[in-house]
Amino acid sequence: MAGIIGADIVFGSKMPVNYQPLALQETDPFTLFNLDKEMVVLNDKPWNIEAKAHLLDEKVTSNKNMFIRNNGIPPENIDISKWTLTIDGESVQQKKSYTLSELKSKFKQYTYQLTIECGGNGRSEFNPPAKGNQWTVGAVSCASWTGVRLKDILDDVGIKDSAIYIGYHAADSHISRNPNKEPISRGVPMSKALQDETLVAFKMNGKDVPAAHGYPLRLVCGGWPASTSGKWLNGISVRNKEHDGAKMKAPAYRVPKNPVAPGEKVKDVDMKIIESMPVKSLITYPKSGAMIDLGKKLNIRGHAWAGELEVVKMEFSIDFGATWNTCTLEKPVNRLAWQHFNAAITFPEKGYYEVWARATDVNNVAQPMLVPGWNPKGYLNNACHRIAVKVK
Amino acid sequence: MSKENKFKNQAKQVYRMLIMVWCVVLLGVVFAIYALVDPNFSAFNTDEELQTVVIENTIEEGDWDKIENGIHIRTGFVEDDGLMTVVNNCTSCHSAKMVTQNRMTKERWIATIRWMQETQNLWDLGNNEEIIVNYLAKNYAPKSMGRRANLENIEWYQLN
Repeated sequence: MAGIIGADIVFGSKMPVNYQPLALQETDPFTLFNLDKEMVVLNDKPWNIEAKAHLLDEKVTSNKNMFIRNNGIPPENIDISKWTLTIDGESVQQKKSYTLSELKSKFKQYTYQLTIECGGNGRSEFNPPAKGNQWTVGAVSCASWTGVRLKDILDDVGIKDSAIYIGYHAADSHISRNPNKEPISRGVPMSKALQDETLVAFKMNGKDVPAAHGYPLRLVCGGWPASTSGKWLNGISVRNKEHDGAKMKAPAYRVPKNPVAPGEKVKDVDMKIIESMPVKSLITYPKSGAMIDLGKKLNIRGHAWAGELEVVKMEFSIDFGATWNTCTLEKPVNRLAWQHFNAAITFPEKGYYEVWARATDVNNVAQPMLVPGWNPKGYLNNACHRIAVKVK
Repeated sequence: MSKENKFKNQAKQVYRMLIMVWCVVLLGVVFAIYALVDPNFSAFNTDEELQTVVIENTIEEGDWDKIENGIHIRTGFVEDDGLMTVVNNCTSCHSAKMVTQNRMTKERWIATIRWMQETQNLWDLGNNEEIIVNYLAKNYAPKSMGRRANLENIEWYQLN
């Protein structure tokens, strides 16, 4: 046992038989991260935890219902007085570091509600199955983020014309504990980095960013795969080429350039980086499995989002897509925030129903009812969400 | 003051300092041992919920590799030939859940092992590779789900 812990157990002979030292016990994630008891743990090393659709009913996602996708092991013993953000790379005028208090005092602060969805949300539905965490529908959130604009920081540092891409660096460690490996270091092209809503955030929902979501600093790129929103942020490299950090190379966070048949092998060179996430929606009320009496109206509600774009139409169907009815759809509170919808449904007769929801974006692109284009890593499943309802 | 007395005084000072240093070291060791045995310092925590959780997670040492209803309790792996080889090689870096939530063919399990060897510091599995791959391909093989599966495991409830 001492070998597992990596130290001699002093007084080990006095330890009760059948007692397991705490060093070997797993920590309870619900206590550790203050999660709702209904959150689903997909993976515990590293932590990957998702919400169920009905847990995402809030207009602004709270910490307890927010999915956690970790690639490595989060940093421990954070000393915020020593935390710095260093901007470097081929395309900066000069390397520059900021302390947290410098970031907060030097730049104007902004608050936006930003949709963050894991690129692999919905992966569990691909056939043949794709490798990785088998997310169902709950790897999406829309919290309120407060921070400073990345573009203001980059403006202060001074960026050369050669700048093409930014890549983030963070304080988490690789699950192999190899200090020379970064668990993940992704980024976005300059056009996304320089958007008003691209934040270096130190607050989520008005409080310090929770530990699992990047305390004390997180890059937030709303509408793009959540992997571009680097947690525990301590560096940003301004690159004169596409960033080549961990999980930037194919096949990670990439889909085929051209459509492929299910199960087809795709060469790395034939894959492209995922940028804006596709149009999607979730019915967050009621929870799937509701039984109602005939003649009673069913009120449904949920959220819709479309990456960089706005959702312009929201519909529901109770006959598997044969007919569609319009939902009331709200405007987003700001760009890149999800939009709320609701509808009242009357069922014609008793029986089993599925309520399907379909969002359409400003380019007239709608969610498919079937699982969309198969891809080797199982990204971008934006198929319509549905709930089961019984009318008695 | 004679040279002898001066030496005695210096020796006393050194002696006192040594005692001080040892006391500090001893305190540190006691603290470290405590931190090792109880990293959450739960003895100082009156939060009942936390304590309950700690107790729930305690696996008795004798049950370390306990198997119940064909499932290796500690990891969730299915009991079959090669189980312990899989446990020992596949759960030291990542969670068993990373494996058990996936479904792959033999060819794709091998490709996944190669990917981990190329990018995630996985060691050469030698003769164990065949044992591991056969175990995985048999017990964690893909099932065809079609283009959209039925809704399953619905928990029905009355909505008023």
